[in-house]
Amino acid sequence: MRRVVLAVTGTIAGLVALLSFKSHSPTVPVAATTGTVGGSSSSSSSTSSSSRTIPGEFQSVAGTLTQGETEITGKVANTVYGPVQVELVVKSGKIVKVAILEQPTNTIHDIQIGEFAFPKLISETLAAQNAKIDAVSGASYTSAGYIASLQSAVDHGL
Amino acid sequence: MGTVVSFDVPDWADQVLSRAVAWLHWVDARFSPYRDDSDVSRFGRGSVTLAECVPELAEVLAACADVAALSGGYFTTRPGGRFDPSGYVKGWAIERAAAMLTAAGSAEHSVNGGGDIQCVGDHGPGQPWRVGIADPLRPGSLALVVAGRDFAVATSGVAERGPHIINPHTGQPATGLASITMVGATLAATDAYATAAFAMGPAARDWVQSLDGYEAFAISPGGGTWQTGGFRAYLAC
Repeated sequence: MRRVVLAVTGTIAGLVALLSFKSHSPTVPVAATTGTVGGSSSSSSSTSSSSRTIPGEFQSVAGTLTQGETEITGKVANTVYGPVQVELVVKSGKIVKVAILEQPTNTIHDIQIGEFAFPKLISETLAAQNAKIDAVSGASYTSAGYIASLQSAVDHGL
Repeated sequence: MGTVVSFDVPDWADQVLSRAVAWLHWVDARFSPYRDDSDVSRFGRGSVTLAECVPELAEVLAACADVAALSGGYFTTRPGGRFDPSGYVKGWAIERAAAMLTAAGSAEHSVNGGGDIQCVGDHGPGQPWRVGIADPLRPGSLALVVAGRDFAVATSGVAERGPHIINPHTGQPATGLASITMVGATLAATDAYATAAFAMGPAARDWVQSLDGYEAFAISPGGGTWQTGGFRAYLAC
């Protein structure tokens, strides 16, 4: 049995995204607590295992759950650009949906990222899982917050 | 700009895991060019000598000099003019974090820093690690999947946010490739070579071909791809 743990370091000149998945069947029951995320420092320290929806902008996908699906909400990851939070829907140990509950909207660029990059990251997440891979090298968008929140959801749900 | 580091480790590895995470934070405190009080920043400003810094900085500088020489100057500790050895530090820090887990008795784990990955052992009994290579021209898609054991994967490309890779010979952002992925045994060198190869552009093909123990897969801005001779051994079925 393995686990995947996340740490966020402050400012090593990093970029790009990483997605890390367990490629075996689920061994961890779905839990709403925040026990296993080994993050520290700047991001991913806070809050919230309940889902938050920003009215008019983002919709929780939980409302559309079908039988056998479970909703898991990632922790809010506080990035230098603002908070990011994602939500997963899993079924039989697989991610079937990803939703962005919260993302930075401070600048035009943030909004472009939200409209363009996050949907791509979501499809990448799903593609990565379908390819049964353990990690992605060279994703095209910087997305520490997305990853931090996604990883916390994955760690609790898969 | 933060880097997310993900560990895939055996369950029992909690204690050493916290040491590895502490190591990464130590590296960040000492080596971040974004922290005014880091050794890298103070050395870069000339306010301290190398001897007054942590000894690891001298180790990093020596390794950077080796990569610079081997790559014909396509790797530099001064991308954009300012002292910044991050192009080596990140992979080096991740490789060492993975080595700490090995030293503590783990035979199978991986450490993934922003998509640059050190894999140790297998992912499971008889199962290699599988790493998807993102397609920079079709965000959301994978170009291919590589598989292996005891190997490192690093990709250099153009990021939506964050620094571009500068061609040290022109001072301009490198544009000859959309991305290049390198595989090798250990991440510090593999990652630094990927950075140099990206700056080099299409000429990287011959360069990587000449390196022992390293292979590359590249995607050109127009969507064409090439790979070095031994890369196919890493292609996942």
